[in-house]
Amino acid sequence: MTEYEPVIGLEIHVQLKTRTKMFCGCELSFGDSPNIHTCPVCLGLPGALPVVNERAIRFGMMIGLALGCEIAERSLFHRKNYFYPDLPKGYQISQYDVPLCRGGRLGDVRIHRVHLEEDAAKLNHLGASGRIHGSDRSWVDFNRGGTPLVEIVTEPDIHSPEQAREWLSLLRTTLKQIGVSDVNMEEGSLRCDANVSVRPAGSAVLGTKTELKNMNSFRFLERGVRAEIQRQIGLIEAGEAVVQETLHYDPVSGGITPLRSKEEAHDYRYFPEPDLVPLVATDAMLAAAREALPAELPAERAARFERELGLSAGRARDLAFRADLADYFERALAAGAADGGVDPVELSNWIPQLVERIGSDRDPAESNVAPESLAALATMVKAREVSRDAAREVLSRLVADGGDPRAIVAREGLGALSAEDDGLGELVDRAIASDPAAAEQVRAGNLKAIGPLVGYVMRETKGRADGATITRLIRERVRQAG
Amino acid sequence: MNELIELTAAAAAQRVRAREIDPAELFEAYRARAAADDLNAFTWVAPRAPAGEYPGDAPLAGVPLAVKDLFCTEGVPSQAGSRILEGYRPPYTATVVANLQRAGAPLLGKTNQDEFAMGSSNENSAYGPVLNPWDRARVPGGSSGGSAAAVAAGLAPWAIGTDTGGSIRQPAALCGIVGLKPTYGACSRFGMIAFASSLDQAGPLTRDVTDAALLLAHMVGRDRRDSTSLEFPEAIRVPRAEDLSGIRLGVPEELTGAGGGVEPGVRESFEATLARAEGLGASVEPCRLPHAPHALSAYYLIAPAEASANLARFDGVRYGLREDGEAGLVSMYSQTRSHGFGAEVKRRIMLGTYALSSGYYDAYYGTAQKVRTKIAEDFRTAFERFDFIVTPTSPWTAFALGAKTDDPLAMYLNDFCTVPMPLAGIPAISIPSGLSDGLPVGFQLAGPAFSENRLLDAAHALERAIGFDGSPARRSGESAARG
Repeated sequence: MTEYEPVIGLEIHVQLKTRTKMFCGCELSFGDSPNIHTCPVCLGLPGALPVVNERAIRFGMMIGLALGCEIAERSLFHRKNYFYPDLPKGYQISQYDVPLCRGGRLGDVRIHRVHLEEDAAKLNHLGASGRIHGSDRSWVDFNRGGTPLVEIVTEPDIHSPEQAREWLSLLRTTLKQIGVSDVNMEEGSLRCDANVSVRPAGSAVLGTKTELKNMNSFRFLERGVRAEIQRQIGLIEAGEAVVQETLHYDPVSGGITPLRSKEEAHDYRYFPEPDLVPLVATDAMLAAAREALPAELPAERAARFERELGLSAGRARDLAFRADLADYFERALAAGAADGGVDPVELSNWIPQLVERIGSDRDPAESNVAPESLAALATMVKAREVSRDAAREVLSRLVADGGDPRAIVAREGLGALSAEDDGLGELVDRAIASDPAAAEQVRAGNLKAIGPLVGYVMRETKGRADGATITRLIRERVRQAG
Repeated sequence: MNELIELTAAAAAQRVRAREIDPAELFEAYRARAAADDLNAFTWVAPRAPAGEYPGDAPLAGVPLAVKDLFCTEGVPSQAGSRILEGYRPPYTATVVANLQRAGAPLLGKTNQDEFAMGSSNENSAYGPVLNPWDRARVPGGSSGGSAAAVAAGLAPWAIGTDTGGSIRQPAALCGIVGLKPTYGACSRFGMIAFASSLDQAGPLTRDVTDAALLLAHMVGRDRRDSTSLEFPEAIRVPRAEDLSGIRLGVPEELTGAGGGVEPGVRESFEATLARAEGLGASVEPCRLPHAPHALSAYYLIAPAEASANLARFDGVRYGLREDGEAGLVSMYSQTRSHGFGAEVKRRIMLGTYALSSGYYDAYYGTAQKVRTKIAEDFRTAFERFDFIVTPTSPWTAFALGAKTDDPLAMYLNDFCTVPMPLAGIPAISIPSGLSDGLPVGFQLAGPAFSENRLLDAAHALERAIGFDGSPARRSGESAARG
């Protein structure tokens, strides 16, 4: 059977967190009464003219710089012409062949371009379909119309739904950290379309791509892309052709349907926007954008975790691509250092454990587990003062009630049993007595037979004993017995 | 005839400031004439004088102003001569109009025009054609035909219009008044219902050059709401020049030769004016504008292309005409636009849409932009040797109503001499140079960007020497007012 390689590129729209709209002075809003943040410009009234929002330009430059793009000295706005009720001028002011930023890279994905444009208004449809076709009545809320948008287009460097999701998460963290957007997928301030194609693994030729729209969460992106990859493979296996088209992903049914041709298939008749002058990036503007960027972006942070702390690449990314996790990790690291030192790799192993217990969308800083507590726990594990199993139990108690892990261990008697502890020696003796056959095999040199004996002791100590210590003790006693 | 009506706007302003004229009386005198207009020059006339103190000390001293329909005026019909904006009342006033009101020129009325400024005869108006006060069987020119006719007939002391390919200068020429198209960017376009954004400019239509200067002085200036507007580098002065000594005039063969189809009467007046200019001390020499003959072709690609996008907003969704149709959204769009736009507007939307279409863009719009660049270079080169380029404003005098309505190409040729200047973004003025068979002839001077003061000076000197008498048209307006 043929192996297929998916080839995925993303187009991301990001609403900028400016105070006012892209081309007028109306305030940005979310959830306000309809049509209260409007003016002649964003309503497309006759005679009104656009004026570029300076802050939106700076935010666009910050994004370009954060993604390692080249910022164009001179870029142009174009008109993208099409009729739709959410587009009051009958054209969208966007950038076309001379965008603000080109090239660049974030993580392992190359950036094709970054450009500025204005958002459309919001359409509300009354009727079963929830879409304009088949609706009984539609109305337009122009509050959103004219919100500054940045469109980020990647190269087709993504090769799995999981990678798509992980990369989008990196992008989201990066944009959030530089403070240019709320990047909230549910509220629509971060929107992602995916261009998907598949090809036989190893082939250098790209397959026919489709554009998948409407994936308004990380989960839906991963699921939608996966479904589309399967759909395309199915077509190819059945000897049919993939048709280049725009598709709508329905997160409820999981289904993929073509968008009606009237909703796409345009000749946009781009031409330079005569109401605006070319956008010239001055040294002062670039300096201001550079100044406003944080010292370290998530991709750099991941590299530092790997390089300086010895974390694996995967773990470093898992932490750095979620700023709340990375921040928590670094606070715990600092607390551990003040408390005699904590092993960074050991500490990092406990972050996913913590996340699993508090829920993956919660910030650990808001949990009951203080960073210094997690650091103390990791230190105790490393020093074998507590076994891993017992430490997991301690962590669960910390998540539930907070507190000091050392106190919990002492109070609950969860400390590791040492070799010198008579109780442990006695347990080992009982284990040997309970399974003489296994003991005999161990004595004869079959080390695999030791498993049931170790398991016996672990069970009896409820995980408090250290596996390596038990193994050593069993081998000693078996030899003595012989 | 009411003696107030015989005063130029500048003279009337001076008399108001000297407290010799009551500005309320002045306003009412013109208001009554505008209300009785039977040239169809006005689409709306102020029902009364504006409330409050008259700005007797303001620079424009309460001299009332007629404004082309396409300037948005708050609460007042502003339809750009189109059915598609039926019932529309803008919630704001265009910057240029607001500037003039602030300087003391109250709004007298809105004037008729070709729909969306597309036309050269004012026959493309949803309000019907405007009549030329010199001969009511003839057109006033367009697209600012209402403004030109109103000023010529003394229904308004002065007016503003817009010029995209000649829409101020050509009707000024056909109505025997002065029309100035300023440098692109000199006047804010904010609030002007757009035809072709890279070409549209507001400008004055007045009885004489002094009035044009006075009006222009309060129109120009950078407007932060129009990114393409610029600070005018100097104040606009009242022109005083009485001669043309040292002025070098260039006569472009491409626009004045046999190719332009200039009528004999117009040619005669043009040559007589050149002789007068020499008499005033100017030198007159032929010059070359090699790409000027292609200006009309480039213009009729660029302007419709921009218009096709500018007019997309008239979709029935938010304002103006809306025809629901039977079958949802697309039906509403097509019914609204089919019934709302006139034939010429539809023709240009189709031309422009085609010129921008995928696969045709480079051949049409792209090439036209290259020609535009060449035309601007031609002018720059010419201005190294000449102060001004001069041509007849229009190849012919006012033609009969209906004479060219069935032949769009013949109609487009009206703009043969006026189209190159807006493509180059440079200012040009048309002044009356005399009569041909009882109809006014226009003489055009074009100068480099921001040369308005020098242009007005030269036009002023020529105007004095020509001594054109516009009173027959005002008498015609008088009969109109009585009738």
